[in-house]
Amino acid sequence: MHEEIIHTENKPKEKQNYVMLDLGKSPEFGLPAFKQVVKRSLNGELFVGLWVTLREMAKTLFMGGKHTTKYPMEKLPISPRYRAIHNMLRLLESGHYRCIGCGLCEKICISNCIAMDTRYDENQRKEVSEYTINFGRCIYCGYCAEVCPELAIVHGGRYETASEQRASFSLFDDMLTPIDMLKQQQEFQGFGSVSPNADAAIKKTPLAY
Amino acid sequence: MGDTMNDNEITLKIDGKICKAQEGEYILNVARANGIFIPAICYLTRCSPTLACRICLVEADGKRVYSCNTKAKDGMEVTVTNQEILEERRAIMEVYDINHPLQCGVCDQSGSCELQNYTLELGVDSQSYTIADSKRETANWSSVLHYDPALCIVCERCVTICKDMTGDNALSTTPRGGSELNKELKDSMPKDAYAMWNKLQKSLIAPSNDTGNTDCSDCGECIAVCPTGALVSRDFEYTSNAWELKRTPATCAHCSSGCQIYYETKPTSISNRDEKIYRVTNEWNYITLCGAGRFGYDFENSTAVKNQDAFANAIRAFKEAKAIRFNSIITNEEALMLQTLKEKLKIKLINPEARAFQEFLTSYSTSSGKTLWNGNYKEMMKNTDFIISVGSSLRNDNPNVRYVFNNIQKMNKGAGLYFHPIGDSLIANLGKNVACIEHKVNREEAILYWILDQFADKDKLPADIREYLVGLHTKTTKIVSETVMEDVKETVVDETSGESKEVTKKVPKTIQKEIEVDSSTLLEAFEAPADFADTLEKFLGKKESFALVVGEDLYFHPQAANLANLVALIESTTELKVAMIPPKTNSLGVALICELDDDISGYTIGYNETGDFRLSALGDGDLDMPALNQQEGTLTNMHKRVVPTNAALSYDGYELNDIMNVLGFGKRLAIDWTKALPVKKGFKSVEFDVLPNGYTNDGVEHRGYMLEVQKTKTTASSPAKFTINDMSGEIAYRCNPQRQFNEFTAKAHQIFEPFALYVSPTKADDLGQKVALDINGKEFILDVVIDDKMSGEIVKLPDFKHSSEIYAFFGKNRFKPITLRKV
Repeated sequence: MHEEIIHTENKPKEKQNYVMLDLGKSPEFGLPAFKQVVKRSLNGELFVGLWVTLREMAKTLFMGGKHTTKYPMEKLPISPRYRAIHNMLRLLESGHYRCIGCGLCEKICISNCIAMDTRYDENQRKEVSEYTINFGRCIYCGYCAEVCPELAIVHGGRYETASEQRASFSLFDDMLTPIDMLKQQQEFQGFGSVSPNADAAIKKTPLAY
Repeated sequence: MGDTMNDNEITLKIDGKICKAQEGEYILNVARANGIFIPAICYLTRCSPTLACRICLVEADGKRVYSCNTKAKDGMEVTVTNQEILEERRAIMEVYDINHPLQCGVCDQSGSCELQNYTLELGVDSQSYTIADSKRETANWSSVLHYDPALCIVCERCVTICKDMTGDNALSTTPRGGSELNKELKDSMPKDAYAMWNKLQKSLIAPSNDTGNTDCSDCGECIAVCPTGALVSRDFEYTSNAWELKRTPATCAHCSSGCQIYYETKPTSISNRDEKIYRVTNEWNYITLCGAGRFGYDFENSTAVKNQDAFANAIRAFKEAKAIRFNSIITNEEALMLQTLKEKLKIKLINPEARAFQEFLTSYSTSSGKTLWNGNYKEMMKNTDFIISVGSSLRNDNPNVRYVFNNIQKMNKGAGLYFHPIGDSLIANLGKNVACIEHKVNREEAILYWILDQFADKDKLPADIREYLVGLHTKTTKIVSETVMEDVKETVVDETSGESKEVTKKVPKTIQKEIEVDSSTLLEAFEAPADFADTLEKFLGKKESFALVVGEDLYFHPQAANLANLVALIESTTELKVAMIPPKTNSLGVALICELDDDISGYTIGYNETGDFRLSALGDGDLDMPALNQQEGTLTNMHKRVVPTNAALSYDGYELNDIMNVLGFGKRLAIDWTKALPVKKGFKSVEFDVLPNGYTNDGVEHRGYMLEVQKTKTTASSPAKFTINDMSGEIAYRCNPQRQFNEFTAKAHQIFEPFALYVSPTKADDLGQKVALDINGKEFILDVVIDDKMSGEIVKLPDFKHSSEIYAFFGKNRFKPITLRKV
């Protein structure tokens, strides 16, 4: 046994109140029709719009207002939150690379493309003897930059990842700020950087001894 | 202590959960066994409670107690946490975090750090205490130990394990020179946290001999137990984070203890993606490793490839072979394959160390009526309070038996007798109640007879032995002079009153007394010290559980068969639990599985040994074989347990099963042989893949299975009378240095004890720097290495290299007269 489903007609219950505009009647033939065409065409409204076009054309052609970027000779500035090929930053004071070899980026990397070798160096410090990112596998998720406790690995703006060899980008030295560019090194503002209210958010350790 | 498990069972409630426990167990261990979490940092199972961290604080029957040193009582009600305890624990963790460097990023322990874990567990998100830090310098204590005092929280686990378990006693606390605590804190902060802090500010850890270097066996157990990154291996330091490493549960391949280990692997480097073993770790609450187990891991055959020509040659060699010479560093499965070859192709099997052990076991069985001994080392560690070791250089032969010997002294208020021709100061110092008896070579029969005489239930002994033992005693009378106080009465006249008075005075007087002295020929035979009887009386006081461990000296002995008879008799007539130490890794397995032969003649295949065609897992043979860290299989260890081991590293060459397959006797995989291990010898017919390999929280070992002790036919014959075969002149003892067991340990890069002559410091003065020794007509120039824990004139000659030469040289005795020439 099954119940019979009764469909009701999907009609509005009340009559709709449509109002017709009184636009008059357009002439269809003969002189009145011709007159209307001439009136509408030569009214000058056309040139109001055309003026903007002409003005911009003149600006672009004669006043240097061209907006086309001559890529790849020219590149647009990119948002600090953009995530492209990684940069390895240096300490501003000593010029030493910031990476301490903690391995958190290696651990968090969801495409498992970061690898590092570390060793106990002559100065009794942990030295990163080799570091590489496999950019064939990297999905630029930014977790490495976010997890980095030293702001050592950050995302840069190098979005062109075409190369004859993938390895061209992937070694530590390729990503590291060149030592002569140290002064130009920008503090990273993007994904994983210190939040503006970081100071307020932490509880300070007492030092009153 | 009870023999049966249910004798002393008690019931208590922890956090409302009803828990069953043995009387005398600590609350902490009961909780752990029942899956209840009580935080604890300084406590080590199997060692004495240190009470350094105080974090295991609980409430038992309304009283605050430390669960690590409070014994569970029947009907006890334990509360693990309440507000007050939580505050106390949090304060303790805050104190531990004071001045602890925030360098977790580079610390090796990060991710497996107990300080990190407990800080998070107790929700320490702010710091309320502060004190000025003191400068603390890092130091290297030995070839393997690196100590960073800045990371040390002075839980003293390293000190505890070194004293209570390994017996090296190489670490102790030392003054820190830290600032004084503000005394006002005593009232304002939780009291346990204050007490802990007060102690923490005063101490650090240092080698106990004040030299800055540890005088120890480099077992690395202190590294294993360190909760923070304060103690790390120098080789491992800063090479990998714990979470990058893949842990493969396995069995250590080096000695017959067959300890459970984890090989921890990850790719060698960015450019070389082949797996490499970075370190070996262990379940340190339940098993203690030695230096070979912890640091001797890189013995793999890394260069092996499938060389088809070599393989074809191997097949030809097997068809031609009259004998296979091998050693006991193989799996049970491989031993079974070799035995199959013997049965099918009539190839003789030669393995000197397993052969001697097999003969000893056979003699033992014909006398005792069963295949294996009744003792169990783990039980001994728990219960035994009087242990005797005969015929083994414990420090060198088997570190785990030495740990058992030591742990009995420290934890069970035990006593121990160590009989050996070479004195050992380490063993002698394991406890107050340890006596090292340095006897002459080949006196083991007399010692075993003495044990019978001392411990046997005389009614159980065969009549001839009983009479024989009585006959060994001679009663003589001896006159000794003794001083006694005698009362003398005197009459004294008082001068003033003139009265006379009788006064009693005590006057010393020497008298002659005749006493009966019992002198035993047995005691003379092993040159027991004069006060031996008194020492023994002291040692035996209040002792309840006794054990005897016997070692390789008895298997390699001119009277080995008689010694085996005596061991069987001791086992059946005394309270002593007997355990044997198999000579090498899988000697017990080989002895049970293979029918071994003595003589070798004709075309020989050597498997990790010399031969006309050499199979080698060392990478230097005619055909490569996998090393024990590259293959799956089972080993039979001294705990009478068949334990599985797994491949930590890849192997690209052929294995023995491939040869078996071509010869027509093979199985699909090497581990398919596991099921075929002989049930008649006590093995079980189980698949390799179902064998477990681990421990549960209550410390129960779930590894493989126990061998079943089988009944055998007996031929009733009493042991023969003891004989004395003295050796004269220079004597050598076949014995490896600590941490060296075989050519595989010798290959490992962190183990460097050389193939040399090991001598006592006094002997070294005689011998100089180098000596020449003729071994089977070949002259060996050997360095003289001082082993400062040895004493006496006997020198130790290792067998971890040139083993077939050394075994042939020594023959059926572990001691041999030699001629040394100074060079």
